[in-house]
Order: sequence, then C-alpha cells, then structure tokens
Amino acid sequence: MLTFIVRRGLWTVLVMFAITVLVFVIFFKTPGIDPVRQIAGRNPSPLVLAEIRHQFGLDRPFPVQYALMMKKLFITRDLVSYSNQGTLVIPEIFAAAPATLSLVFGAAIIWVVVAIAMGVGAAVLRGTVLDPLLMILALIGISMPVFWLGQVANLITQSRFHDTFLFSWVPPLGYTSLTQNPVRWFEGLVIPWIVLSVLYIGLYARVLRANLIEVQNEDFIRTARAKGLTERRVLLRHTLRNSMITFVSLFGLDFGVLVGGGALLTEVVFGIHGVGFLTYQSLTNLDLPVIMATVVYGAFFIVLANTLVDITYAWLDPRVRLA
Amino acid sequence: MTGEPLLAVRDLKVSFRTEDGLVKAVDGVSFTLSPGETLGIVGESGSGKSVTMMSVMRLIVDPNARFEGEVFYKGRDLMKLSREDMREVRGSELAMIFQDPMTSLNPVYRVGWQIAEQIRAHERISRRAAHARAIELLTAVGIPHPAERVDDYPHQFSGGMRQRVMIAMALSCSPDLLIADEPTTALDVTIQAQILNLIKKLKEDFGSAVVLITHDMGVVADIADRVAVMYAGRMVEQGSKQDLFYDPQHPYTWGLLGSIARLDRPKPRRLTAIPGLPPSLLRLPEGCAFGDRCPQRFDACAQVPELTAKAGSDHLDACHLAPGDKRERRERTIHPELTEEPA
Ligand SMILES: Nc1ncnc2c1ncn2[C@@H]1O[C@H](COP(=O)(O)OP(=O)(O)OP(=O)(O)O)[C@@H](O)[C@H]1O
Ligand SMILES: [Mg+2]
Repeated sequence: MLTFIVRRGLWTVLVMFAITVLVFVIFFKTPGIDPVRQIAGRNPSPLVLAEIRHQFGLDRPFPVQYALMMKKLFITRDLVSYSNQGTLVIPEIFAAAPATLSLVFGAAIIWVVVAIAMGVGAAVLRGTVLDPLLMILALIGISMPVFWLGQVANLITQSRFHDTFLFSWVPPLGYTSLTQNPVRWFEGLVIPWIVLSVLYIGLYARVLRANLIEVQNEDFIRTARAKGLTERRVLLRHTLRNSMITFVSLFGLDFGVLVGGGALLTEVVFGIHGVGFLTYQSLTNLDLPVIMATVVYGAFFIVLANTLVDITYAWLDPRVRLA
Repeated sequence: MTGEPLLAVRDLKVSFRTEDGLVKAVDGVSFTLSPGETLGIVGESGSGKSVTMMSVMRLIVDPNARFEGEVFYKGRDLMKLSREDMREVRGSELAMIFQDPMTSLNPVYRVGWQIAEQIRAHERISRRAAHARAIELLTAVGIPHPAERVDDYPHQFSGGMRQRVMIAMALSCSPDLLIADEPTTALDVTIQAQILNLIKKLKEDFGSAVVLITHDMGVVADIADRVAVMYAGRMVEQGSKQDLFYDPQHPYTWGLLGSIARLDRPKPRRLTAIPGLPPSLLRLPEGCAFGDRCPQRFDACAQVPELTAKAGSDHLDACHLAPGDKRERRERTIHPELTEEPA
C-alpha cells in the first residue's frame, strides 16, 4: 500500500508539471497572439508593454520564460493583474479559496449522506413503490440547472417568503468567513449548499442504486448470507462496501472540479466571492494572469483529488494495488 | 435407517413467477439424511438441484419465488423459523459451498478476515482468537504457509486454493451438514480430485453429513453413501450407492450411467448419451416428465409416477415399469456393447 502511495505521488508531481507546461504553451505560445498585450489588459501604454516584456522574459528563450512564469506563480507569488490596477493574483486566489472550500465541503457532506441514504433506500425497497419514487425524485434533481435553482431559491428565501418565519433567518447574499462569525457563515451557506448538492444527490443516488443492485447478485453476497451474517451486515459490509468503488471515484473527480472553480455558477448566483467567482470575473475582463493562475490552481486541485481517489480506490479494492 | 434423521425434506415445491409464466423449478421433492451420511444429488443442468438445496438454506431471496413443503432439521421446520433464528442456523449448523470459487469470496477483504467474520457471527470470541482459528482451518484444508496466507486477498489465490478457503470457511463452526453445490465443476481435473479427497477427509474429521450436488456420476461413485437422481424438478430415483450403480431402476438413471466410461467393463464403442432435451419447466408434459425421451415409454406413462419403494425398502423410484421387466432393457441401455455383435 505504501509503495502504491509513493508511486502514485511521484506520478502526480509529473502530471502537475505537464499541466503547467501545457497551460504555459497555450497562453504564451499560441501563434498569432501576443501574450504581452493579453497580459497588459485594455489600452496599455508602451511603457507598461515594455515592462511586461522584460518582467516575463519574453525576449529570452522558452525555458527561461517558463521558469520565470513558474517563479512568479509559486515562489515569489508576485504575478500582477494589469487590468485590475496591479492586484497581486496569487494572494487574491488564496483569499478566495476559503469561500469555495466552505461551499464545496458543506455541499459534499450533504450530497454524500443524502445520496447514500437514497440509493440504499431505493435498493432495499426494490419491488415497492418507494423505489421508483425515489429514483424519479433523483431524476428531477439531476435535471434542474443549478443557476435556475439558485435563482428560485433566492427568490423564495430573499424576497417572497423572507419575512415569514421559515426564511427570516437567511442572511443577505454573500460570504461571511468562518473565523469572523461562525453562525453567520453557516446561515449564509445553508441555501447554497443545498442548491449545489441537489444535482449530485440525484446523480449519486442513481449510480449507487444501480451498483448496489448489481453487487447484490454477486456470488459473494450469497456466500455472506450462507455464512449466517445479519441482513444489515450483508448490506453494509458486503454489498455497500463493494458498491462504493464507483461512487468514490466519481466523488473525487466532482469534488476536485468544484474546488478547482467548477462551482462558478453557484458562487455567482449567491454572490460568494470564491475561486469560481474570480474566474468568472477574469473571464469577463479577459484578465490573462488571473485566468492563467485560476486554471493552474483548478488543474492542481483536480489532479490532487484524482490522486486521493486512486489511493482510496486502492484501499477499497485490493486488486488495484498491484496494477 | 436408524434413529432420527438429521434432515428431512417433505414435498418441497419451489416455483418462480416469470414473464413467461410459472417456472416449477422444484416440484414435490422429498428425502432424508442421517447424521454423518453423504448424499449425492445428480441430474442434468436445470433439474433443480441447486434450487432444492438453496431453499433448504433459505438462500433464495428472489421476491418472485414461492415455497411450499417442509424442511425438518433436527426436528425443527426451517421453513417456519424467523429470519433471525434461520440466520443463526445458517453458517453454524448448515454450511454451503458453491460452484465457482473465483467469485464466491468477497474480493475486498482478506481471507482470514472473511473466515473470522463467520466465526464471530455465531460465537462470542475475540478478534484475535477468531484469527487464530482461521489459521488452524487454513492448515486443515491444506493451504501452505497458512500463517502468512491468512492475510492475503482472494485474488492472490488460485481457483483450487479459493475453494479450499471456502471449505475452511464452511467448516469454521463445525456444521452438522455441509452442502457442496458442484464444488469442483469450475476446477481442473487434477484439482477436482484433490478437493473431493479433502471433502472426504474433513467429513471424517468433523463428522458432518454432506449433500454433494453434481452431474458427474463418477464423483458420486467416489464419495456418496446414498444417491438421489433428479429430473425436471422431481426426484426419479433414490437409494444407496450400491443399489443405484448395480440395480438402477429408472430409465433416466440408466441413461446417466451409460454416459460414464468404466474400466471394469469391456471398452464401449461409444458412450450412450440420453437423446433429446429436458422439458421446459413452464410446461411440463402430462404424466412422467421423462416420458418424451424415454425409450421404454408405454401406456401407463401418461400418469405421473409416484416415488415409491419397489425394488427394496430403501430404494425408491418413480417409474411405472415392473421391476421384473427392467433387467434386460437396462442392460441394453447401460452396456450396449454387451448386447451388440462384436465388430
Ligand atoms: N430466480 C429464478 N427465477 C426463475 N427461474 C429460476 C430462478 N432460479 C432458478 N430458476 C430455474 O430453476 C431451474 C432449476 O435451476 P437449478 O439452478 O436448481 O438447476 P441445477 O440442477 O442446479 O442445474 P446446474 O447443474 O446447471 O447447476 C432452472 O430451469 C432455472 O432456470
Ligand atoms: Mg446448480
């Protein structure tokens, strides 16, 4: 297991290196596009252009350019956004990260718990009306776009019914940090958590149910019953445990994507200034340094999550460890 | 037979509702088993051998299944036990091993853990003690280096070794009855013999009764005390191994016997196979289910034959032919080479 983790860790480093090279090539070496003008933002002065050219070493060979860029991203962290009055990009991302992490972690807890409950419930209740009912509910969850659901939730909790006892506790849109006011942090995130998790609950519940039903027909489940285990133990220790393998790999990827900026729509709808929000802003301003930094940040999270998934996967399924 | 039987199955019927209609997989099966006895159940694929024994264990969870009849184990009707009482019996008093050892063990747990899990489901015993028992059991079933192998995963074992692990698991609570459903079908010929010998030996050591399901008459000859022959969900013949091999009564049994090569007889020019296919369980023919394939068919076969003792007190068969009529017809079916002109 340990050698597996080490091997997988080295592989991750390699993949991350490849990603930075790829991102660098796309942003700086796309033919016909002058990266200096892209970085400088709208209507730059010749002075600024010259400074950028020198700073990024764009008059020097490719490896030097790459090294300078990486130095700016990871070591000195002084990559500057020109279209945004010289804000430092990296600290900005780090400042935005807690909001995104809060949003995604909370939603993830909800969606994992509810999806497992629904999936197991449907599989256990197979043959009754509750199974198709739960699955239709899941399908509805999958088919509701998150921005629409978010707007509806806002409409209900912020204006229509805000004054009723049901939703009077909902604070105005925006993010309050956990350290500043934990209660407010929680209250402000409840609705976004639910909205973000709905899609994943539906998806995961359906996937889990299908997997459970598949595993239920395996020979080793019959063996587990023949051993005289309780139905509960057969379900949790044998059926569910073997069904979680797909669930976990899906989860890692989705989680990585969301932390990496994929919760953009939810963040925008609820005015949460997280990484997704930042990406959204930089895309609308064509702010190249920020786009680049968020892309690298997002890619890193996805690769990292992927690594964690593989390690969990190996822990869940011993057959993977040898591969 | 003396004393109380260990297991007495009476008129067991199992049917499945399907889209095409009612499948009568087991249609009125009765048999008894004494403590320590080995019963071989033979019959073609689909004759209901597995369904019969899985029903005894109450392992069929299909909501479309219907069960009728009684399964007395040590005087208690298993069919009437509560789920929890049945769970306690399963794995501790009745144990079962299956056809395909490659898929019968859970791939994500160590084999020792899986054996210990069964022990701990039935006995108050510490994790460590259960682990130690698992090592002893692996030793008993002939796994080399059991102390190390106990912590391996199923995929690190070969098929034969996995079946040994299954046997170790089945015997972990010293059951009084071991049901082995074609335990060697999925294995190489050399491994098959090893596994059968192992079952024979452990049966002595543990004193368990064994029900061995197979479609191989050779295996039955090797290991069984008594034999039951199934055809299309019914029992067509039942008796001691001697009765069945030297004085078989049912034409279907003759066909099965004709399909094995024997070294103590002149070499046959060809092995006789039973022509035709078993009937569909959805639409069993009127009368004897074997009638359509039976070369001996006559008028009486339009009635369903009862399984009764005609050839001896402990030798039951379900055929309308009079015992006296059978001898000569039988020789022709089982040993055609004896009645044909030598080439
Ligand atoms: N869950 C089920 N639903 C419908 N039919 C079933 C079900 N289980 C078994 N059957 C049917 O019952 C019949 C008997 O099956 P069974 O598995 O007992 O045969 P078998 O004698 O063990 O054969 P084999 O030698 O192939 O193992 C088969 O025709 C099978 O199609
Ligand atoms: Mg079978």
